[in-house]
Amino acid sequence: MVGITAFGGYVPRLRLARQAIVAAHVWADPGLAGKAKGARSMCNWDEDAVTMAVEAARNCLNARAAWRGQTPAAVADPEHAPGAVFLATTTAPFADRQNAGIVSGALGLPESIATLDVTGSQKAGTGALLQAFGAVAGGLHGDVLVAASDHRSSKAASPGELAFGDGAVAFTVGAGDTLVDFVAAESASVDFIDHFRPATERFDYTWEERWIRDEGLTGIVPPVIARLLARAGIEAGQIAHFVMSSTIARAVDGIAKQCGIAAAALCPDLAGELGETGTAHPLVMLAHALETRVQPGDYVLVVGFGQGCDAILLRATDRLPAWTAGAGAGAGVLAALAKGTPETNYQKFLAFNDLVTLEKGMRAEKDDYKTALTVTYRKRDMLTGLIGGRCTQCGTIQFPRTDVCVNPQCRATGTQEPHPFREEPASILTWSADYLTYTADPPSHYGMITFTNGGRFMTDFTDVKVGDIEVGMAVRMMFRIKSVDSIRGFVRYFWKAVPVRAS
Amino acid sequence: MASGIKDKVAILGMGCSRFGERWESGAEELMVEAFDEALADAGIDVTQIDAAWLSTHYQEISVGKGGLPLSIALRLPNIAVSRVENFCASGSDAFRGAVYAVASGACDIALAVGVEKLKDTGYGGLPGSLGGTLNPQWAANGSAPGNFAQLASAYRAKHKVSREDLKRAIAHISVKSHANGAKNTKAHLQKPVTEEQVLNAPLIADPLGLFDCCGVSDGAAAAIVTTPEIARQLGKHDIVTVKALQLSLSNGSESGHNSWDGSYFHTTRIAAAKAYKEAGITKPREQVSMFECHDCFSITELVTMEDLQLSAEGGAIRDVMVGFYDADGQIPCQIDGGLKCFGHPIGASGIRMLYEMYLQLTGRAGPRQLPKPSIGMTHNLGGSPVSNVAAVCIVGALAN
Repeated sequence: MVGITAFGGYVPRLRLARQAIVAAHVWADPGLAGKAKGARSMCNWDEDAVTMAVEAARNCLNARAAWRGQTPAAVADPEHAPGAVFLATTTAPFADRQNAGIVSGALGLPESIATLDVTGSQKAGTGALLQAFGAVAGGLHGDVLVAASDHRSSKAASPGELAFGDGAVAFTVGAGDTLVDFVAAESASVDFIDHFRPATERFDYTWEERWIRDEGLTGIVPPVIARLLARAGIEAGQIAHFVMSSTIARAVDGIAKQCGIAAAALCPDLAGELGETGTAHPLVMLAHALETRVQPGDYVLVVGFGQGCDAILLRATDRLPAWTAGAGAGAGVLAALAKGTPETNYQKFLAFNDLVTLEKGMRAEKDDYKTALTVTYRKRDMLTGLIGGRCTQCGTIQFPRTDVCVNPQCRATGTQEPHPFREEPASILTWSADYLTYTADPPSHYGMITFTNGGRFMTDFTDVKVGDIEVGMAVRMMFRIKSVDSIRGFVRYFWKAVPVRAS
Repeated sequence: MASGIKDKVAILGMGCSRFGERWESGAEELMVEAFDEALADAGIDVTQIDAAWLSTHYQEISVGKGGLPLSIALRLPNIAVSRVENFCASGSDAFRGAVYAVASGACDIALAVGVEKLKDTGYGGLPGSLGGTLNPQWAANGSAPGNFAQLASAYRAKHKVSREDLKRAIAHISVKSHANGAKNTKAHLQKPVTEEQVLNAPLIADPLGLFDCCGVSDGAAAAIVTTPEIARQLGKHDIVTVKALQLSLSNGSESGHNSWDGSYFHTTRIAAAKAYKEAGITKPREQVSMFECHDCFSITELVTMEDLQLSAEGGAIRDVMVGFYDADGQIPCQIDGGLKCFGHPIGASGIRMLYEMYLQLTGRAGPRQLPKPSIGMTHNLGGSPVSNVAAVCIVGALAN
């Protein structure tokens, strides 16, 4: 059977208290007072849809390797790597540069694979998953990695600012050893413009909620679910888990009721601790449901809504409990949700999301240099894949990979084979917190890290605050925005070190 | 086997501009100011100079590339002028060019001028630079203070020093340099500071506060060198000669190989050992009279004292605290105020350090004059702890 063979999730560490948002705007809109509940996830300044997708996909693929009894190196092995990477997002950093290709490169996947960005609607996430099922079922690819990720964009004081969250999820779709089987799907394409965002704009323009609920959600979704149930030959009552989100209160409850789906089947929308993560959200909810409530044999209905809808019927296999308790335990949405730190500074959210015009100082101008794309391409293994070298003569592992071995006792020429540093254990040798250099999140933390098996380099630390860093601390590498050329709009990525934390 | 540079080259004359925020002057005017003093000190005519070396680092904000800026500013008589750029050690390397030219016999008299105009950037601190097309795409987002502050974390971990003890020792280093700089009318910063002021200053890069960082200044310095024989023919007495001049450059092992612990300068140790050998110095703690250290940051000075074999490894804090390097200590360090008080116009600093050693050795250091120094040393460092250019120069009186 075709189905989901592994999954992983990622949620940015920062969780902005809605109280902080409401406190800033309640003077203008007293109605917000009742919405100061819970928290929403927010990207650090160096995170976007691509970096979050990388982390979710990395969690997925590493857990899949562990599930199969393989080392993390198997992730990049052409024999085991997915045949294609689909990235669903409507907040991609590049409108014309394959974002899925950046994700694939950061994961160290072979360049012999296919990549595809799926975008243009809030149902891009379910659409990408659906197309992956089709591609595997049709024999086009042996398996496909589907990542869905959104760094939500909303104006200050907009309803979206409170309702949205940032996050990503990734699944591998294959034809054997499935955790969840694909049963059937139905779709609808209806140009129902509940909101739109022109290609040239940053923010959505949204129509009245009551109309969206009554004409859009209630009008479009139930007939598609009815078609799906008929095609699958099951009754609505057999749906044990209904995965659908809407930022409109009680809209999903109404659809379930209308379709005859039990109220108990409604899966948590994670609004309280995460927020609505856009194209990723139905799949984030799906991953969460698989980890928390789905039992072998259960039917799961996933609906993605946006200018029509996709309705996907899945059924859990006997393997799911072993996955969630074993290899997948730390990789999913549940674990990602647990790795959070409260943020109560709304100004930081405004700053990180470029919602205020900040004085950054002249030192910030240094990032506005023209990137030598020839170099970015020539060194793509190093810059995107964090691939270093291993000297075949003396065995020294080093970064970057160069013609001449860095070991002073070796100095052999032309002896280095590629060596991935992505999953290498490392610790801090030296550090400082620098208040002089420009960073969007001062002070700039950086230092020398040494990799346990060999190799070292001076790196930026991210997701840290003053007092977090000390010599000897274990770190892991994460793919992040290095800097942005604001003149040309070019986002540069590289890897940064993050402390290994219990939570 | 190379015979080394010892006593083959004499300093004929030196000059140094006033360092500081020279809003009224460009690099060209600063070069002229330093050169005119050096030329008068040498007692020669510009037409007697055979070749010249110019050191600058930031061509983008200063004089531009090449040797032309010096040739044009000084209206040199169409002689060879080479520009030397070797990070913050550029000045020492330009001096090396002139010294080697004389030692080889290719020139009778050679000139080295170092200059940097840093205050045309619009902000404090050193300007950032990209370092090529690949480096900015992966190098950590740092600054000079942040890069040098890394030393403190490793030094503390290695020698089990508390943050407070380290902060107090490096504060003493800055207090000492300010006390010296207060006696130098050419220094940028001429006010003494207290330990309390240093310790309470705002953090720049943990654990370095404002007073742990050297100033950012405009300035120039010049040296004219020749052979001891020509110096004598020109009527010079009390001749100061070059005893050693060594450079050591990182090859990527500190930044890429796990053999370095981050707490010291690998290159300085090599350059110092070679320089002592070249100069015939076997007990530096006893034989060196004074030295100018590349105190871009107080922590740099602390670890360098050990790298130069003047303090035992792990012993610099104790030496600093007992005043070993103070003006009245056994080996006065930064007797002119150092980078701390002069600031660090990159290309000029190495030659500025030599200027003070030259003044001291010829008994012309005024209120800072030390009693009978015989061996002076300069340590000029470019880059950052993980990747750098270390220059060690030893000068002293020519034995009869």
